[in-house]
Amino acid sequence: MEPAAVDIVDLHFSYPDGTPALCGVNLRVQAGESVAVIGPNGAGKSTLLLHLNGILRGQGQVCIFGVRVQDGTLREIRRRVGVVFQDPDDQLFLTSVAQDVAFGPSNMRLSEEEIARRVHESLAAVDMQAFGDRAAHHLSFGQKKRVATATVLSMQPDLLVLDEPSANLDPRARRQLVRILRGLPVTKIIVTHDLPYAYEICERAVILSGGRVAADGPIDDILGDGELLDSHDLELPYGFAVAGARS
Amino acid sequence: MSGSLLTLAMGQYVPGDSAVHRVDPRFKLATSFAYAIGLFLVGGWPGLSLMAIGLAGLFVAGGLPARYVGRGLRPLLVLIAFTFLVQALSLPGKALVTVGPFSITREGLDQGGFLTFRLALLLLSSVVLTATTSPVSLTDALEWFLRPLARVGVPAYEIALMVTIALRYIPTLLREADDLLRAQRARGVDLSVRNPWRLAQGVMPLVVPLFVLSFRHADDLAVAMASRCYHGGRGRTRYRELRAGLRDVVGLGVAAGWLGLALSAGRWWGP
Repeated sequence: MEPAAVDIVDLHFSYPDGTPALCGVNLRVQAGESVAVIGPNGAGKSTLLLHLNGILRGQGQVCIFGVRVQDGTLREIRRRVGVVFQDPDDQLFLTSVAQDVAFGPSNMRLSEEEIARRVHESLAAVDMQAFGDRAAHHLSFGQKKRVATATVLSMQPDLLVLDEPSANLDPRARRQLVRILRGLPVTKIIVTHDLPYAYEICERAVILSGGRVAADGPIDDILGDGELLDSHDLELPYGFAVAGARS
Repeated sequence: MSGSLLTLAMGQYVPGDSAVHRVDPRFKLATSFAYAIGLFLVGGWPGLSLMAIGLAGLFVAGGLPARYVGRGLRPLLVLIAFTFLVQALSLPGKALVTVGPFSITREGLDQGGFLTFRLALLLLSSVVLTATTSPVSLTDALEWFLRPLARVGVPAYEIALMVTIALRYIPTLLREADDLLRAQRARGVDLSVRNPWRLAQGVMPLVVPLFVLSFRHADDLAVAMASRCYHGGRGRTRYRELRAGLRDVVGLGVAAGWLGLALSAGRWWGP
């Protein structure tokens, strides 16, 4: 049987000041799924995300495609788990877009030809192939977000994790990113509190609240349950109806 | 404020496809270094004039607008003027103009003009280098020159990466400083005062959050780099290896020949 893309068992984590962030999280995501992890501010969503590639290490067990996250496996884990952070400015730290996209493959010790091929393919996947020689700080926020996604795609991850992908995007850039993300044939975990955005990309939703998984199921059921959302300080935008909202 | 600061920080490199732009950055860096040394070895006006003609040729070949001459000299204009004045007034010789205890001598003018011209050429040669070489290429060249030192434990790649990241974050930090400044102004802080004490009081609320933001950036940057398998420079491969072609070698040869001509100009042209 193929191992699960993500298998988290009884994960606990507290920050150095003692504040508990994760209090026994259990989560299993199968390969090929697109899962939204939703929850109010401070629910532990970003903390959970940083456990998926071993940046943070709590008590409990985290396995990615059957490989346990631990000291000896970090390089393999980080190759397989691509994380796109909320602020693209901190992911684009070199002086040209192509150099940024090449950063991960260079760390993976690939050949010059292979790196060039991946840079080209990744930029094409996010419709940014014409911007390779541009400096990232000259791009619009939406373009930066797409390039940040390309910097991760160039590592050909098996699991793509996105932290608040829709934050600060204008409607057009939002739409472009949805189209790109839906077209990517990898397992996706989207951490967000933008419920309509999650609904457009994912078929399953997990509510994280108070450091625990409070609900897990088909996204139609979760977002269709107003009482459940309300009890975890979540709310759909005014006028948004779950049925028929998916384009 | 932001306008001028951003222009200063980002107006260095002029994207283009000229012959000078296309030369291997290692050759350009080496030539600039040799040019700077040559400026201090050259003994008289004939040699210095040849150096100036060579540089002017690079300005033209690089397609750089004439205003870059002024822009390149502006930061050190005071120093250049000061150098000229000190030389003109301090050297003994045939007095041309005397005002009170000060005399401007012919020898002073000659020596002052020579030193000032040399300083200006030094500044302008750095303008040609930075205006025709992208920061990425410059750091690639820097790393290449540092590579032999990696054998004795010098972290060549890390140094080049640090320089790249520092350059990359200048516009980001300037923008944030500008945002903070506007936020402070919106709450009544007046930074146009002449009183140094009040000015310091106004600047402090700007400096502290800027430091906090910088540390936050550093933290996020470290996480983003680790997430993309960064484990230091050892064993890393490169996206674009620098490769020198015939054109680069010819360019270097011409530059070396010209430099040699300038250095030996005094011998056949007279003092």
